[in-house]
Amino acid sequence: MLETYLKNRLKERRILLMTHIVMGYPSFDDSHKLIETMVAAGVDLMELQIPFSEPVADGPVILHANQKALSAGATVQKCLELAKTAAASFNIPFLFMSYYNILFKYGVERFAGEMAGRGLHGAIVPDLPPEEGSDYLNAMRTHRLSPIFIFSPTTSDARMKMLASHARGFVYCVARKGVTGLDTRFSGQLETYLERCRQATSLPLALGFGVKDRTDIDFLKGKADIAVIGTQTIRLMEQRGVAAVGDFIAGLR
Amino acid sequence: MIDRGYYNGFGGAFIPEILVATFDELEETFRKAKNDPAFWREYAALMSNYSCRPTPLTFAENLTRHFGGSRIYIKREDLNHTGAHKANNVMGQGLLVRRMGKTRVIAETGAGQHGVATATMAAKFGFQCTIYMGEVDVERQRPNVFWMERLGAEVVPVREGSRILKDAINEAFRDWVANMDSTHYVLGTACGPHPFPEMVSYFQSIIGQEARRQILELEHKLPARVYACVGGGSNALGIFSGFMKDPVELVGVEAGGRGLDTGQHASRLCAKDASVGVAQGYKTYFLQDADGQMRETHSVAAGLDYIGVSPILAQLKESGRVRFEAATDAEVVEALSLTIRTEGVIPALESSHAFAQAFREAPRMSSEDCIIINQSGRGDKDIFTIADAFGDPKWQEFIIGKAGKYHA
Ligand SMILES: Cc1ncc(COP(=O)(O)O)c(C=O)c1O
Repeated sequence: MLETYLKNRLKERRILLMTHIVMGYPSFDDSHKLIETMVAAGVDLMELQIPFSEPVADGPVILHANQKALSAGATVQKCLELAKTAAASFNIPFLFMSYYNILFKYGVERFAGEMAGRGLHGAIVPDLPPEEGSDYLNAMRTHRLSPIFIFSPTTSDARMKMLASHARGFVYCVARKGVTGLDTRFSGQLETYLERCRQATSLPLALGFGVKDRTDIDFLKGKADIAVIGTQTIRLMEQRGVAAVGDFIAGLR
Repeated sequence: MIDRGYYNGFGGAFIPEILVATFDELEETFRKAKNDPAFWREYAALMSNYSCRPTPLTFAENLTRHFGGSRIYIKREDLNHTGAHKANNVMGQGLLVRRMGKTRVIAETGAGQHGVATATMAAKFGFQCTIYMGEVDVERQRPNVFWMERLGAEVVPVREGSRILKDAINEAFRDWVANMDSTHYVLGTACGPHPFPEMVSYFQSIIGQEARRQILELEHKLPARVYACVGGGSNALGIFSGFMKDPVELVGVEAGGRGLDTGQHASRLCAKDASVGVAQGYKTYFLQDADGQMRETHSVAAGLDYIGVSPILAQLKESGRVRFEAATDAEVVEALSLTIRTEGVIPALESSHAFAQAFREAPRMSSEDCIIINQSGRGDKDIFTIADAFGDPKWQEFIIGKAGKYHA
């Protein structure tokens, strides 16, 4: 169970790290090396994004990575294979992140079966609110997978409770308005929001969007359980290569 | 959101969590306005005073004689202020923006029509305005970009993806998720998450209400068929809604591009390469591959060059209430040319799709019957595109000469 793994891990570490990659960007070989490097640098869990042609919730960096991966020939099948190798080789939980059409076209039940068969733990689907997701929720339950839901600063307390009732594993708290990859102000306002999230669920809380360095992560200690590093590692890899990503992550905690 | 806007399984609201509260507010504002009879009166008065409504239903006497079949009428949405039916939707949403107390509007645009209409509405109502437009469309619709900028809008060329309408929609959403407190996204067609399909169709229904009344006045009977082009579906739903409960055949015409078997088209309801999917916040037929990645589309008409189609039309396709056809680029240019010469009206390339299909069918219909073609927009402002479509040598000479003067 993802939740149990996270809670055990939290007994040893004040904050966990979740990183993100876009599979197939710039190539599947590089994706594999990135996973290896990130695991060696001590990340606690990873989000593997299946590229989609219309990633509306993503900002310029991840959008660009999605498009480059697709034009380099990324397919859902290749992503499933990479994920299988990752889950078999490394001893941390892996999640899929993608947009709903990828699951829908594959067949939601069949997709969940593939995930379970390949040793994945759950999925983040940012354009699928639970109101639209009954097939998905059923399939995830059948295959004992965690559907990760999202809280945002505009989510009401009542809605947070509703979302939490469907969520398993942890809840992904979006730090601010806007898409991925823009700056976030780590301020008292963020703290108040995280307290509101904490009231709504006993699941661990991940905080993502704009987390980029050790100062941000120090700020989050004691307020969130998981810090999510997304865009920053893609930028680093683009500028300084895969090895630089390892040093960066190792220096975060 | 209680009603999620499903049309026999199509539609819905597949929105990121950050926008849920914004959609709740929009849905509530729209619901209240729709239930308030004074709101429609305010809307109709605005459209009559600012946008020449009711637009005429013109009897196309020469085309009727030319084809020797059914009597042909043209609903003149080209005579709206800004030159297309897009104004109907935009002015309506503008009134809602005022009710919500927002101060900024954003929009996507393909042909530039919807962008110009939105920039016009923003100028009139005093809103800030940003228009997202695919780089390819910026290039093929420069005159519209010029006008949007004169009207005070910021036009942002979108360089991601296939750089056309769908990519402009994605960028508009990205703006909205950051700025929803001040900003309303004026979606231009009957697509996207609920309540957009319902709301846009509601404002466009003014076309059908008028057309039904006008044809009964002129012909004392209903038309046998009504033709409309289908991009996202808003002008089609607008005119069809007036005849939905009547024994009238409704015909939607999609962009056949270079032909349905070439892969270079934008036909979601007639072509085999479309299938049901979920993207840009709603479920419908999309032009996509087996993995669910959206395909490149093609049409001579930028306003029809789109991967998805209104969920309401997807339902009407499945129920059989609307028949769908496709017209190729070549057929469309020919129909446009004939209409200009014969009737002296200049339909937009988008609208010319409806003309092309009607021209195929009219000769085989009885002279007792009448038909209506929805002329969704005017073509004269697409002069660059249309001149290219006609391959007009004198126009090319003029442009070369003009360019020379700028260099001098
Ligand atoms: C003149 C005109 N007609 C039709 C369309 C297609 O849109 P819809 O199908 O929503 O009417 C456009 C879109 O830009 C347009 O400009």
